Amino acid sequence: MRETKYWTWHMSAGVVILFLLGLHMLIMHVGGITHLFAPHTGEAISKENSLFRDSRMFFTVTYVLLLGVALYHGLYGLRTILFELTLKPAVEKAITFILLVAGLGLFGLGTWAAIATHAIAIAGGRG
Amino acid sequence: MAEIKRYDNRLGVWGWLGGGRWGIERYAYILHRLTGLAILLYFLMHVVVTSLRATGQYLWVEGGFFHQPIFKFGEFLVFAAFAYHALNGIRLVLVELGFAVGKPIEPIYPYKTSLNVQRPLLIIMMILAAILLAAGGSEFLGLGK
Amino acid sequence: MTMSKTNTTTREINFHVTRYNPETDRTPYVKTYRIPVREGMTVLDGLHYIKDNVDPTLAWRYSCRMGVCGSCGMLLNGRPTLACNTQVLHIADTDLTVGPLPNFEIIRDLVPDLMTMFEKHSSIQPHILRTDEAGLNSPDGEFYQSPAELEAYLQFAYCIKCGCCMAACPTLATDARYLGPMPLAAAERYDKDTRDDGRRARNEFTGTSHGAFRCHYAGECSRACPKGVDPAKAIQYLKRQLVLDYLHLARRKKPCQKMHGPGQGKPLPNIPAAPAKTV
Repeated sequence: MRETKYWTWHMSAGVVILFLLGLHMLIMHVGGITHLFAPHTGEAISKENSLFRDSRMFFTVTYVLLLGVALYHGLYGLRTILFELTLKPAVEKAITFILLVAGLGLFGLGTWAAIATHAIAIAGGRG
Repeated sequence: MAEIKRYDNRLGVWGWLGGGRWGIERYAYILHRLTGLAILLYFLMHVVVTSLRATGQYLWVEGGFFHQPIFKFGEFLVFAAFAYHALNGIRLVLVELGFAVGKPIEPIYPYKTSLNVQRPLLIIMMILAAILLAAGGSEFLGLGK
Repeated sequence: MTMSKTNTTTREINFHVTRYNPETDRTPYVKTYRIPVREGMTVLDGLHYIKDNVDPTLAWRYSCRMGVCGSCGMLLNGRPTLACNTQVLHIADTDLTVGPLPNFEIIRDLVPDLMTMFEKHSSIQPHILRTDEAGLNSPDGEFYQSPAELEAYLQFAYCIKCGCCMAACPTLATDARYLGPMPLAAAERYDKDTRDDGRRARNEFTGTSHGAFRCHYAGECSRACPKGVDPAKAIQYLKRQLVLDYLHLARRKKPCQKMHGPGQGKPLPNIPAAPAKTV
């Protein structure tokens, strides 16, 4: 039944990603909406606009949330594909471990970056 | 009794692509897999690259390493993969939770299966994906500005 | 001959048949037989013609010749189906490839080893499971089941275990431990049976890492099934039930009970009373 648990959350994560990544794509790439979260001239992904978003708590929290669910959804998906290759149980265990470590590592990196830039952006806004 | 020698007729990874006669859901399945892997590859790099902004490195802006036409095109491919993966994913959630496959029926030849029940959904999703792709393409080409 | 009444025109068709003898061959090879085919002739008839007139060493498995026993599943023109249920001229103009079902081991020529499938099938306990085992085995009454309750699983009960779905499944092409469409459809068939109380026991097998969740709805099993059982549909129901059971959202239902003697079933409304006895 453990797989049922993993798979249920894989599906749920997919639905969350659908909304969050859709929002992400809208903000980053669609011209009409871009100006909402990008007050500075130039592209939505310019350094100024990026810092503006990083100064908002909403974006920091959403980044971390999206990072977490996307890592889970993606790495579980990769694990699914690999597990369909009739591997030895020891190899399967190793894959699970490696993906877990990689996922947690990237989650740590991304979370640190989101919080650090949030602090930088707020300091920059004051200064 | 002596062990009888057997020939393992398992199709292997090639069997993911074409085991029997191909059906449209088979294409959808394999494309979902490929786009998923592509998005994952991009996403892992994306996390690392964007995390570098905490150290002041904005590699994707004007003058940065990733601000090149080739990466722009790559981003479009990722967007295309996302559009397909997301819309097909909506269908898969509905199908795999048993909502879009119909009720058990009396099988009467020629057989109608759950594939026929969910196919309109598949077609709608693919049309939406095409629209999204066209919209995204014009945006990436800079027509949206 | 009596056949002269029907269409007697014959056509020469090349049968490209996969041959494999475990004692002499390292790998299977294809041997071509050119045989006359009459309208209405099945692939099974063609194989018989080859064995009778051309090559008596050809081996395959068959029994009933009419799509009931599920012995003659083969790969015909790249599509897994029953040789007895397929007319040659419906799928071939000049050439027809006949191979053993893939995703199984070949014992000889067109004979696949279906044991792996049957072992997986028995692992999901494909029979009525109840806590009151004694009541199940003593014939002192019958279990009440409405037509609607029967229809909830009847489609999946038409399975003849021919293995065509297993041969068509892309996951089974690589994952030897995946239960596969047939055993999972059988699990759904018994899970949905109102006489059964073994769903949670079966969940322990269908919900594992090589159970229902290795299905990604490529749909080939339902396309291949020669009996219209639609295993893909059964597996999606199974997944929904597994998720509901995991989230504790499934309604707890008691298995149906026995009726002891007449008068215990629910009489339909508006049935007039029996006329008075005349004798």
